[in-house]
Amino acid sequence: MSGHESTYEPKTGIEKWLDSRLPIIRLAHDSFVDFPTPKNLNYWYTFGGILAICLAIQIITGVVLAMHYTADIDQAFGSVERIMRDVPYGWLIRNVHMVGASMFFLAVYVHMFRGLYYGSYKAPREVLWLLGCIIYLLMMATAFLGYMLPWGQMSLHGANVIINLFGAIPLVGEPIQSWLMGGPSVGNQTLQRFFSLHYLLPFMIAGVVILHIWALHVPGNNNPTGVEVQDVEKDTVPFHPYYTVKDGFAIVVFLIIFAVFVFYAPNVLGHADNYIEANPLVTPAHIVPEWYLLPFYAILRAITFNIGPMDAKLLGVIAMFGAIAVLFLLPWLDTSKVKSMRYRPVAKQFFFGFVVACLLLGWCGASNPDNAIISMGEDKLLVTYTDAAGLEGQRTFEDYAPAAQFRDEQVAAGGVAAMAIQKAPAFTFKILSQILTAYYFAFFLLILPILGLRERPKGEPDSIHHSVLGHDAPAAAPAE
Amino acid sequence: MKLFRPLLVGLGAIALGLTAHAAGGAKHAHAPEKGWSFAKVPAGKLDKESVQRGFQVYQEVCSSCHGMKLLSYRNLGEPGGPFYYDQYPNANDNPLVKAIAAEIEILDPNPDENGDPVYRPAIPADTFRSPYPNDQAAMAANGGAMPPDLSVITKARGHGNEGDGASYVYSLMTGYKDDKIKTKVGDDGLNVNYIEFDEGEMVGTLTQPTGLYYNPYFAGDTTPQWDGDPRHTPYGGFLAMAPQLPDGRVEYIDGTEATTSQMAYDVANFLQWAGDPKQGQRKSLALPVMLYLVLLAILLWFSYKRIWRNVEH
Repeated sequence: MSGHESTYEPKTGIEKWLDSRLPIIRLAHDSFVDFPTPKNLNYWYTFGGILAICLAIQIITGVVLAMHYTADIDQAFGSVERIMRDVPYGWLIRNVHMVGASMFFLAVYVHMFRGLYYGSYKAPREVLWLLGCIIYLLMMATAFLGYMLPWGQMSLHGANVIINLFGAIPLVGEPIQSWLMGGPSVGNQTLQRFFSLHYLLPFMIAGVVILHIWALHVPGNNNPTGVEVQDVEKDTVPFHPYYTVKDGFAIVVFLIIFAVFVFYAPNVLGHADNYIEANPLVTPAHIVPEWYLLPFYAILRAITFNIGPMDAKLLGVIAMFGAIAVLFLLPWLDTSKVKSMRYRPVAKQFFFGFVVACLLLGWCGASNPDNAIISMGEDKLLVTYTDAAGLEGQRTFEDYAPAAQFRDEQVAAGGVAAMAIQKAPAFTFKILSQILTAYYFAFFLLILPILGLRERPKGEPDSIHHSVLGHDAPAAAPAE
Repeated sequence: MKLFRPLLVGLGAIALGLTAHAAGGAKHAHAPEKGWSFAKVPAGKLDKESVQRGFQVYQEVCSSCHGMKLLSYRNLGEPGGPFYYDQYPNANDNPLVKAIAAEIEILDPNPDENGDPVYRPAIPADTFRSPYPNDQAAMAANGGAMPPDLSVITKARGHGNEGDGASYVYSLMTGYKDDKIKTKVGDDGLNVNYIEFDEGEMVGTLTQPTGLYYNPYFAGDTTPQWDGDPRHTPYGGFLAMAPQLPDGRVEYIDGTEATTSQMAYDVANFLQWAGDPKQGQRKSLALPVMLYLVLLAILLWFSYKRIWRNVEH
């Protein structure tokens, strides 16, 4: 925390010399050794450290991959396979990078839900939250750019779908689109600029991460009670060794899960179609993004209606970007004075509903919108015919035999007849994703603003050390 | 949570119902009865002899239409490959690999000093010879259908689970219904091939288009060719590849009886190796890495307990 006095004492001559010129060791000491940290942080708080490891892993493996990768539409697919086949331990480096992207997002989602649950975005940590949102946005851009590089079928056609979205924006849409593609269509020039930007953005992420940590260290950590540190002696412990060892344990457990994917199922998180070399003339049956972008894809596709002059495509794009933009407004949308949802019994239920909604949106994003989740009744058969006299009509049948008989009779009598399936009314993925999209936005734009004013929170503990000593109600959250 | 408990229960029920609801599309590929040796946890290994036989099947059958442009002959003799032997750590010295390559005549990527093309026997460093000079030639020779390159075919099918791709190859090669095909004379006087179905609600006749072959494991749509209830169309689709592995199609060097399922099993194992030649290395490194991480986690857990022992938290 800023304001706490530095306890760093340079001992050796060189440390003293350096400390009076560039106190970088003092900065590191005050930030990661003697930094006072609330003593009640649970395991949900270890994901910050896990994310730092993820970023480091992605940058290190990525730099090595870039030494062997060729950004050329004729060679990219083969060069990625060459890395897996001919570069010493290339298969490991590439699998780690590929699985690492998924693990990075897994960790960032846990980290964000944790921040949401414990109110870590509220004063005085708004800037901390905003910087986190920027990192998340940069992560999505980096992942999207990186997915293009192996130049498989999903790379090409996924990139096409996303870039075409920008075309829906009035006036500036088409210039943005051709600027992203570098030409009239996705081609070699697109691959090259995506590679360039994919190499650039992680370093921008690293820069914002530094700001993120700085913004964390000014007010200090939030904690599961949401009550600010009052007494550094009683409420906090130094970061090292207390949290280095706790974060270290969590990081290694996370790496075990990571390694299971890398060694036993490296391709299970991706799409098999991306091992088919890109071919602009063949469009895959179902174009889906990577799993971590599916909820936003579902929101995009949920908007199937026009409102006034705006068509469904534009509204879908607005909804999708709005779903991310609303995160930036969160510190000002939540009106509650109480930070932690431990003490907000009603908000807590809506929060868990929000988590479920996000997971289900992911399910919707992976599914065909027209598929039925619950079918109401059986599909019927519809025979449309024009009889010999030129009269048009149609009849529905439950069973095939009478339907076929009727059709054949019409044809035999000199008419024209065709049979088609009449789908039973159903609760489809489209409807589910519309309901969930409505809930997603209602959570931020209605529930949090109104609930904060009307809800009667439970009593917060007086201080962190009171809470630790059990002077408040038993915690409902997965406390440690 | 009270409010959402019924919701969650409902969603669980829907998810369960959905698995029963799924219909249409291609039939789910399955592994052979004995399973895949390489898919065993924690350290499955490829059946090396099967991979060797699978290479023979590829050479004698598949390679007349399908290329494998990401593979070189040397790969066959590298660690994990079907013809790797300890006495030849360098695949370029491996006499088996050299002999396999030398049987094949390729167009040298470099012309001679006069600029004329050079045809010569392949060496281990050469990539597998492609059956066609270019995609257009491949399509022209196959009725407009492009025989896919098989280098990574086992990674390009299924859902990324270990064995998905091999199961697809195995199911496809053994899944043809050629024994069920009947022939009649059509309205235009030409022969028409058809299959009669009577499986539960799937009752009707499927007409096979000329030059295409029905296979329940091939992703496609059978609706236009189906005379029967359109709500219950047969799984799968039609592909341009005829059944390729009738019993005895190859004569195995090691004397194994070449039944359809044996050849399909062997070629699937070979393609499994080819799609990820370093999978053996991956599997053998897996266990030490996992052990190391688990031990480190245990040590850190006790360090954590010790460091925090005097702190209420």
